[in-house]
Amino acid sequence: MFELLKYDFFQNALISTILISISCGLVGTYIVAKRMVFISGGITHASFGGLGLSYYLGFSPMIGATIFAQLAALGILFLGENKRFREDSLIGIFWSAGMAIGILFIYLTPGYAPNLISYLFGNILTVTSGQIALTGILCLTVILFFAYSYRSLFYIAFDKEYSNTHHIHVNILNTTITSIIAFCIVICLKLAGIILVISYLTIPQSIAGIYYKNFPQQLVASSCISMAGSVAGLFVSASFQIPTGATIVVCFLLLFMLSWGWTRIHPPHTTQLQAPTTLHHKEKNSFPENI
Amino acid sequence: MKPILELKKISAGYDYQTVIQHINLCVNEGDFIGIIGPNGGGKTTLLKVILGLIKPSAGEIIYHTSMQNLFGYLPQTNNFDQRFPISVTEVVMSGLMSNKGLFRSYTKKDQEKAHFLLDKYAMSAYKKTPIGNLSGGQIQRVLLCRAIISSPKVLILDEPTTYVDSHFEKEFYPILQELNKSMSIIMVSHDLGTICSYVKTIACVNRELYYHNSNLITSEQLQSYNCPIELITHGHVPHRVLSNH
Repeated sequence: MFELLKYDFFQNALISTILISISCGLVGTYIVAKRMVFISGGITHASFGGLGLSYYLGFSPMIGATIFAQLAALGILFLGENKRFREDSLIGIFWSAGMAIGILFIYLTPGYAPNLISYLFGNILTVTSGQIALTGILCLTVILFFAYSYRSLFYIAFDKEYSNTHHIHVNILNTTITSIIAFCIVICLKLAGIILVISYLTIPQSIAGIYYKNFPQQLVASSCISMAGSVAGLFVSASFQIPTGATIVVCFLLLFMLSWGWTRIHPPHTTQLQAPTTLHHKEKNSFPENI
Repeated sequence: MKPILELKKISAGYDYQTVIQHINLCVNEGDFIGIIGPNGGGKTTLLKVILGLIKPSAGEIIYHTSMQNLFGYLPQTNNFDQRFPISVTEVVMSGLMSNKGLFRSYTKKDQEKAHFLLDKYAMSAYKKTPIGNLSGGQIQRVLLCRAIISSPKVLILDEPTTYVDSHFEKEFYPILQELNKSMSIIMVSHDLGTICSYVKTIACVNRELYYHNSNLITSEQLQSYNCPIELITHGHVPHRVLSNH
């Protein structure tokens, strides 16, 4: 199995799988905590419109997918703030509109679109060094972004209305993270394909959620689980010559079932609820002016 | 008394419906204003306008101080996801957002502040507990800690005793009086009897705002009051002041 490491194409695939799995692990934790899984599904499928348009006009599919993913992500974010639209309906609209535009343009494009299938199901073994560089830049951006603002992200995701009473730039942060999610999804298309991207953004995070109930711990755990599952899946798929994206998803599923089974045998420690105790009157009357 | 903020001829609402109109109100340092009024009268809307969550459709708000640490807010309903992966300590620390901005890190001292408040309000056993594992009343205590951790200039409470058990409720008002020494308080409440004995001034919101520059309510007002009891009559009614009871 390890002789695969001698091949350049496999080394490229391995590096890019690790970079993608770290990015998706971090971003996915935010997505799962904020219950944005189906927003991500909408963004992913909307990007298909961009792929179709790129084939029709003859430029790089990644550019088209990025533009459509960004439009869908920011569209759902901003129109969702408007009370006249319901967010889940908007997701449905962007989801199907992207797919429809994609299908039409691919139909209109003369000849056969050979790479199309790799964007539907993913094919990491054909990754180019340019794509690895882009993935590296994205991964670094995601890590730095989370390192510097994870608490703000986390607090705003928890209670947006309360955050707004603090007069901080909630919208700037929300727009940035939404845009980063869209970039991550597009980069992940190469590995997982449109059909399977969602599993990279949810299964490792759900496994982390079984063991950890705090966002910062979940961030680290999700990235590690995502990396372990992806690397294992990549080796297995290359050895048996089966599709990488699907193998990685099956690895995630196995990890998920093992973790779930493990918690059935060894239930995690939970805090016992206690009746609230009375305040101490001495303390009560001594609230300091500046705590 | 130094003014902190002033509302001038404010009208506001949702979509095309005006909920409150022509509201004038000045919040000064040391104020403890009780807001009463019927359901749908616009009490929460008024609080949200003051907090800057709703833009008024007319009128202006003048802030006489910087926005940093201006407000501590205890909402009426818990709008957050009960299963969000956040511990009690983190919830309290999120009250410091105004100080920290988007990118500054939180220190050990911030955590100590949060722990100090949790200890004080008998929540020390739950520092690491996920917020969703707490009862409604316990969440309310945690949210009170979140509201005051930044030592805000104005503490805004929307029906703070809705989920609180009678045990904590009895202790709640003296806590507010203590807090009032270092911050102004605006509190919406249905609990007319209690509100009168603790607040300094009363405002009634029923589309418009009627301000009583005292915490004494006339018997006519009490008898014909509409929020918890009956509709309040404003204008030229003979005012008889009730003694403390």
